[in-house]
Amino acid sequence: MPPPRSRVRVRVYPLGDTALLAELGTRLDTALNTRAIALAAALQKRRDVRRAVAGHGAVTVQFDPDQISHDALASAIRRLATKRPPVEEPGRLHRIPVVYDGPDLEAVARERGLAPQQVVEIHGRPIYRVFLVGFVPGWAYMGPLADELVLPRRAIPRTRVPAGSVAIAGQETGIYPFASPGGWHLIGRTSVRLFLPDSDPPSLFRTGDRVKFFAASE
Amino acid sequence: MTPALRVVAPGLLTTVQDLGRPHALASGVSPGGAMDRFAHSAANLLVGNERGAATLECTLRGPRLVAERPCLIAVTGADLEPRVNEAAAPLWTGFELEAGDELSFGARRSGTRAYIAVAGGILAERWLGSMSTNLLVARGGMHGRPLREGDMISADEPHERPPAGQTVPEQLRPGYADHTLHAIAGPQADRLVKESRDSLFNTSFQVSPDSNRMGYRLVGATLEAPGEEVLSFGLVAGAVQLPSGGRPILLMADHQTAGGYPVMAVVVSASMPVAAQLAPGDELRFVETSIERALQMREAQRAALDALVT
Repeated sequence: MPPPRSRVRVRVYPLGDTALLAELGTRLDTALNTRAIALAAALQKRRDVRRAVAGHGAVTVQFDPDQISHDALASAIRRLATKRPPVEEPGRLHRIPVVYDGPDLEAVARERGLAPQQVVEIHGRPIYRVFLVGFVPGWAYMGPLADELVLPRRAIPRTRVPAGSVAIAGQETGIYPFASPGGWHLIGRTSVRLFLPDSDPPSLFRTGDRVKFFAASE
Repeated sequence: MTPALRVVAPGLLTTVQDLGRPHALASGVSPGGAMDRFAHSAANLLVGNERGAATLECTLRGPRLVAERPCLIAVTGADLEPRVNEAAAPLWTGFELEAGDELSFGARRSGTRAYIAVAGGILAERWLGSMSTNLLVARGGMHGRPLREGDMISADEPHERPPAGQTVPEQLRPGYADHTLHAIAGPQADRLVKESRDSLFNTSFQVSPDSNRMGYRLVGATLEAPGEEVLSFGLVAGAVQLPSGGRPILLMADHQTAGGYPVMAVVVSASMPVAAQLAPGDELRFVETSIERALQMREAQRAALDALVT
């Protein structure tokens, strides 16, 4: 029996001479992310692939140009991408306590015509998916956020966001693992440590994990 | 093990580096590693090490190091005027230090980053599979920080020590004076309006003071590339990102692992050693090239390194 096929268009772009980007889609979508993770896993098994990292809806592939050409790998990726991904194991569920007293909570509420308490309730309602771990050590892009909370990033990023800040921007939410500059809206904070350098792997979250926030006091 | 070198003065920014920790990407940890991998690998090969052994990466102003025991070393990359006991020392050539000899540096004559390899390979803290120093997380190398006065640098016992005097022939050393970076158009390059695309590939940019091992902010033409936000995806060293302000950023070894700014170009692997040798204030120019040409350049560099393997 031929393997089941599905209609997925993949666009492949070079990223220099030793990497390429395989883009499955440009929307924030759990099914696309599942496909990206499956494609990255399949590519990681190839000898000519050094590493394959799933993004939200794309896979970044670093390869050995001595073993395969860009074009041949692009063809292989198009073939692999049409395969239906295996049914995904549900990711580990993390419950994260949040003190909702962020400096942007009032502004977010005002902007969206809500009371601050409604922002807290809406943010804590879904079980979010970890779409991608990256940017800085331990950072996880999580979503999708309820439409009622969707806002563009701050026009002027903060030069310093404290570690543990729980933030939202666009259709996503995240937690700053380190004190760093940042342009997301800060609605709360958590004491959970997201990155333990001496654990292996050091990041608490992995791509595909599920995260539920709940309101806590100190 | 007897330490090989003692740090008398650390220089501006001297860190332990190897070829990095690519497998830590899944935790959001940058791959890191030597910025100029050609110079790093050449230094190792000149003293009989594997290409990936740890070296010291010295930035702009080199350290003062005293040999605690006799050792074979090599200094490659930037010409920061290396000296032994105040007499000029050779670049791109293996040479012996006797116990008590002092390796020091003078003025910056070309490039930005010099590499010091010690026969046997420098031994330092390994974190997530690599001895490279990760300054953000403060792990790897010398306790995750740059060298300090009084640090002792250990090296492994060499298996097989080549004679001193092995050298990279002049014609095979990289030309760091030419700041042309060959690049291939990136996934979102089509967003650039025509004038901006011309500016990206045909005008000069200056490396801003706000630049480091993570990346170089570039000052020059402001580039216009209208379009929707990009969902974050995995990044590579050499990527030229364009934030909404229109000022490009060239990602280097300690780059963020993922990002959502459009990528307009990616510097080819053979041009990254030149990129690694730029300092704030230097001018650079991107020139669009093909994958075929990039692979030829890559092959030429590899042949130069292969010629050092005895």
